[in-house]
Amino acid sequence: MSDAVLTVRHIRQNLASRRRVVSLGLTLALLVTFALALYLGDYAVPPSGVIQSLLSPLTGMANKGVDFIVLNVRLPRATLAVLTGASFALSGIIFQTLLRNPLASPDIIGISHGASAAAVVCIVLFGMTGFGVSLGALAGAVLTALIIYVLSWRNGVTAYRVVLIGIGMAAIMMAVVSYLFTRARLVEVQQALAWLVGSLNAANRADIIPLAIAMLVLLPITMALSRVLDALQLGDDTASALGARVETARLGLMLAGVAYAAFATAAVGPVAFVAFVSGPIARNLLNGAGKGFVQAALVGALVMLGSDLVAQHVIPAVQLPVGVVTGLLGAAFLIWLLIVSNRAGRVN
Amino acid sequence: MTETAIPTRKSQGAVLALGLIGLAVAVVAVSFFSVTVGARPVSLDTIWQALTAFDANSTDHRIIWDLRLPRTLVGLMVGASLGLAGAVLQGATRNPLADPSILGIHSGAAVFVVLGVAVFGITQLSAYVWLAFAGAGAAMLVVYAIASLGREGATPIKLALAGAAMTAAMQSITSAILLTSPRTLDEIRFWQVGSLVGRGMDVVTQVAPFLAVGIVLALFTARMLDGLSMGEDVARSLGQNVNRSRAVAGLAAVVLAGGATAAAGPIAFVGLTVPHVARAITGPNYRWILPYSMLLAPILLLGADIIGRIIAPPGEVQVGIVTAVIGAPFFIALVRRRKLASL
Repeated sequence: MSDAVLTVRHIRQNLASRRRVVSLGLTLALLVTFALALYLGDYAVPPSGVIQSLLSPLTGMANKGVDFIVLNVRLPRATLAVLTGASFALSGIIFQTLLRNPLASPDIIGISHGASAAAVVCIVLFGMTGFGVSLGALAGAVLTALIIYVLSWRNGVTAYRVVLIGIGMAAIMMAVVSYLFTRARLVEVQQALAWLVGSLNAANRADIIPLAIAMLVLLPITMALSRVLDALQLGDDTASALGARVETARLGLMLAGVAYAAFATAAVGPVAFVAFVSGPIARNLLNGAGKGFVQAALVGALVMLGSDLVAQHVIPAVQLPVGVVTGLLGAAFLIWLLIVSNRAGRVN
Repeated sequence: MTETAIPTRKSQGAVLALGLIGLAVAVVAVSFFSVTVGARPVSLDTIWQALTAFDANSTDHRIIWDLRLPRTLVGLMVGASLGLAGAVLQGATRNPLADPSILGIHSGAAVFVVLGVAVFGITQLSAYVWLAFAGAGAAMLVVYAIASLGREGATPIKLALAGAAMTAAMQSITSAILLTSPRTLDEIRFWQVGSLVGRGMDVVTQVAPFLAVGIVLALFTARMLDGLSMGEDVARSLGQNVNRSRAVAGLAAVVLAGGATAAAGPIAFVGLTVPHVARAITGPNYRWILPYSMLLAPILLLGADIIGRIIAPPGEVQVGIVTAVIGAPFFIALVRRRKLASL
């Protein structure tokens, strides 16, 4: 008996320490990448200059040129990358967990498609740019999610029905985009495509504020509700038998997931696959030690920030949009993890 | 117990077989309309003459032989292939979201076509066929290789994740090229919608052998998929070679989806949803799901193509768009009404 108790305690301690190691490692990697993002660039600023600029609001030692580069260009860009990356990742892992399907991220089940269709309509039909497109994308994502939820509701919502109705909605939204692509002038198609790929090239402080506020509200809610998820993993019936308020918790989490995806998409466009890969990567790293919400958010931020660095500097004098790199980097990371975990004979 | 159970099962089989015959009739009817309906009215007599006594100097005869007949044949082949490919992939991965576009087949084909246009300046549709086929095959090969590394082989979850990762990587490359080359974007935006327009008899004869092999192979996987649907362990204990089953199913799906994408471009909706409709009618038995998917899909595709021809005169709306816009609401209504047999 006491042997069994000891074994359980031992395993629990192992899992907890694994969680800590993974979180710590990801945080360190993120900090290093963030520092690189502030340091690297066409305009050479020595590390001491970067630190001086960051402290200049406190010390009052201003150096206009350097401060502009560091505080108004690189810092907002890196911050936005971290925030959007974490948002996409949280949105992805919420849906993957709720719907119990690793493929069910918002960029597969229609929510990102809703944002994309709305944005392309704004660009092609109304000739909008910038803030108007963002607002349209936000509305499109929320509206699509609402339609999916309402259509899936029939004495409650089952994961299977949400997934199927989601792909139905995704198909309609993609058809809208394709139709407009074949009808619009090439210039507008190019502009729409650039938005669809997603980019941080125009990042500024104003983009950060709505997303930051949304995250401040959403993060505590997510963390509180995510406790219910452990019970939800066992299946709806078991969960309600255990007393979890399944429907309320799920609705709350879904709303949070939609909001993360909507605000992040509005800020930078539907950047490919950050939402999709972050969850599986975090789970693979944890290897069974927890749900991985926090770790997924860290992975998302890291993938986004790292991709943006690569996008800016891999080809000299060419600024690739970040969405071109996230797909490659995320895919490479996930495939590497699949291969490594295969070799060790682990089961996910 | 067994005495009552056997007749009910038999009668259910009879109903399903009758349904299959009904669908076959519907396929013939849709094909008939596909040959007869078009922007230029051609009388039934003339069509009959064109088919029996072809006159190369008659414009009407040329329209039937060069445009409508190949278009109908491509629609039939592509539809049947997409329906089967989707059903086979969903069965082999046991995931309702599995389809050629999520498992990397479409994006692989797209990358090769985009590279062909951007780097080698290819613009003929018949060259796209080979490019798309090569891309689809390469993508699926890589996906399968990644997923099957390691002890437990290509498990459904590893296949799905490897496929999605592949899709991500390929789409990145595609968008990088499209963003930097407006000429390629201008060419590709019409290809990537998915369309049956402009496919001549050369495309039919290029793709037909592959699709025929794929269809036969896919129909033979029914028993394996039924085994897999009970779970790997049960399938194994019944004496099934799980890894071989998945490899055969994967091969069938690649040949079918690759050929279909080569002929008509990446059409996502059909392969994804038709198997679910088939499953709603037949229940979870793949011996019925596969033939139902094979007949339902061409009805959807050709029906959508006919509607696309007449909906916006004088122009046409591509079949890829019409299938989604008409098919998706129908699909959603079905998902809401039926108690679905889940995977």
